[in-house]
Amino acid sequence: MVASTFVDAFRFMPNHVSLLLEKTGETAELAFAALAIGLLIALPLGLWLGHRHRGLVLALGVSSLGRALPSVVLIGLGIGILGVGFWNNTVALVVLAIPPILTNAYFAVEGVDRDAVEAARGMGLSELQILTRVELPLGLPLLLAGLRIAAVFVIATATIAGLFGGGGLGDIMARQVTYGLSGVFAAAFWVAALALLAAAAIGLGQRAASRRMAPRT
Amino acid sequence: MTGWLVAKGGGPVIPDFGQPSACLKRNGWFCTDWLTKHWGDTLQPALVQHIQLTLIAVGIGFAISFLLALVGFRWRLFDGPLGGFTDLLYAIPSIALFQLLVPLTGVTVTTVEIALVSYTLFILYRTMIAGLRAVPDEVLESARGMGLTRLQTFFRVELPLAAPAILAGLRIATVATISIATVAAFLIDDGLGAPIFAAIETPDLFKTELLATGGLAILLALVADALLAALQRALTPWNRLR
Amino acid sequence: MPTEAAELVFDEATKVYPGRDGAAVDHLSLTVPAGEICVLVGPSGGGKTTALKLVNRLIPLTGGDIRIDGTSILEHDLTALRRSIGYVIQQVGLFPHMTVEGNIGTVPRLLGWEKRRIRERVGELLELVGLDPQQDRRRFPAELSGGQRQRVGLARALAANPALMLMDEPFGAIDPIVRARLQDEFLRLQGELRKTVVFVTHDVDEAIKVGDRIAILREGGRLAQYDTPQRILEHPVDDFVADFVGRDRALKALSLRRLADLELAPAGRNGGDGLPSLAADASLRDALALLIAERRDALLVVDGSGAPLGIVRRRDILS
Repeated sequence: MVASTFVDAFRFMPNHVSLLLEKTGETAELAFAALAIGLLIALPLGLWLGHRHRGLVLALGVSSLGRALPSVVLIGLGIGILGVGFWNNTVALVVLAIPPILTNAYFAVEGVDRDAVEAARGMGLSELQILTRVELPLGLPLLLAGLRIAAVFVIATATIAGLFGGGGLGDIMARQVTYGLSGVFAAAFWVAALALLAAAAIGLGQRAASRRMAPRT
Repeated sequence: MTGWLVAKGGGPVIPDFGQPSACLKRNGWFCTDWLTKHWGDTLQPALVQHIQLTLIAVGIGFAISFLLALVGFRWRLFDGPLGGFTDLLYAIPSIALFQLLVPLTGVTVTTVEIALVSYTLFILYRTMIAGLRAVPDEVLESARGMGLTRLQTFFRVELPLAAPAILAGLRIATVATISIATVAAFLIDDGLGAPIFAAIETPDLFKTELLATGGLAILLALVADALLAALQRALTPWNRLR
Repeated sequence: MPTEAAELVFDEATKVYPGRDGAAVDHLSLTVPAGEICVLVGPSGGGKTTALKLVNRLIPLTGGDIRIDGTSILEHDLTALRRSIGYVIQQVGLFPHMTVEGNIGTVPRLLGWEKRRIRERVGELLELVGLDPQQDRRRFPAELSGGQRQRVGLARALAANPALMLMDEPFGAIDPIVRARLQDEFLRLQGELRKTVVFVTHDVDEAIKVGDRIAILREGGRLAQYDTPQRILEHPVDDFVADFVGRDRALKALSLRRLADLELAPAGRNGGDGLPSLAADASLRDALALLIAERRDALLVVDGSGAPLGIVRRRDILS
């Protein structure tokens, strides 16, 4: 039963390429907007807190709180406050994206070898220079790992917006009546593909960053 | 403006005897009259159902993950495939997963539980194995050198030392399950997701119901998180000393 | 508690790793008499840790045999063998999730001792290693200093009263001041317990201080010399050994003897006036150092309370 659906999904795809592309575009647009804004807000804050080695409680608390917020509730609140449109879903996803980015930025910088940081300080680098020239490069692999998780999470959650008129691949998944189970499966496939693509892209960046830091033996 | 007549969840629909309050008329966020009126028939049953859904999913998920982690830990060959399998499960969006299971298990609680369990596997499997692997080598060497058998080393040394990581994973998995279980309302009428969906789908969005039930879901997650954090601290006294 | 010590015999013990040239331990043969400390020293790669781990079979033998009190280690049940040997490693490896008492009591619990006996034994051992039997037993390893952890590691190894102790650079990770103290206390302990100990170190001075006998292993795991510290310092068998113990070996040899061992010239009625003085239990090396520093040719030897015992001249020390 599942197998036939699998096969049907692959027959669905070539027949609905433009539809799938359009919907994927909507989901991607939503997810990347949310990630971009989330980065803008959470990254500097997380990096700075990590650099100062302060705010561990905040970082952990935000992380715990973030996990406790169901996406459905946030999307609903978004609609309730901002009305249906692009922004209510984006805001909801931004709120969900901030905790993992913040926490990871914090721990990525906080965990950098303190000896290296102290040497830099002793050499006369300013605090900002230490952050950008020492801590950020050294913490980049861990930071990108967190970003990867956040990206996959946001893409998967963006589909839930489709349940409430948010468009995107979630729209297809929510309307089995229109698109059939094969359509649902096809859409799920494309979501996974999109998520994997984003993860792989960031993963490449991660590997490049680690390679620069790896000892040459 | 008919949202407040639609009482989702258990119990009969309460006929509207009187005038809706001013608060409800303007669709305010905190209409306490609605809250007190529908605590018994909407809010509380949904909360109880939600707790049930979560407990079952996390319980079964924990048991399965534990067994899988034992296998992956003992026989490294299986770790890759098992890890990949659990990753895959997580990548399937919940909405799709629910619908995919329907042909197999129908539109039932079972379907939802299977999906929820799959998501916990993703979190728990990896953290359990990481926890077991993090036991320091010198501790294992001294255990071996002292004459503990493989089984004794596992139960008396490795498992207790992996406990903090395992409990941390359990905490994350529980909170995530409470959150994902709200989407279950897409399929069935159980849990807090049901009134949340109902509230959102009401024209103009029923604000009080959304805030109340959404708030309960968030509260439930935070309470569970705090309880499990306390449990972690209680069971691993040596971890607090640094 | 009566302590037994076992005799340990390495009989052409060999360990070869497949795919690697040469042996890690090459036909090692030596006998450690019961109750003695045998120190294995050598450069890194010399196989000393490997040789140690062959005894409790953490590393399996490729050839030859090792016998404890005449019985081959291969004939013992593996876990029973390990439970009867005290094993101490450099990083100690205390169980972080158990208290000090829990750690020390591990092997007795495995052997099925009753709770009261274990509790008493823990208290006994804590006193023996210089820790507080009331306070420290309830502590967790994370609360202890490096030196304290080492002491607990030692106590843990002694818990079941083993006849043989294997110690792999036990004081290596400790700072020099604490290390010297731990060495002294360990020697005092050994004076009481008289166990058979195999002690691995890369530090020649530690070997000379601690060992009743020293086995120097060269690269490739071959025995270069096995003898008392005195004889190795005075009669190194070849250049390798001579280089290894250091060119100051003559001075090191002086550190093994005390002023009290020498024949002292009588102090005379006013003899000893103006001479630098040193206690009788000081080493000849310290005495020589004092004479050089003071630019004198003789010093006065005194006892514990400062009473003069006699005079020692520079040439008496150097002969």
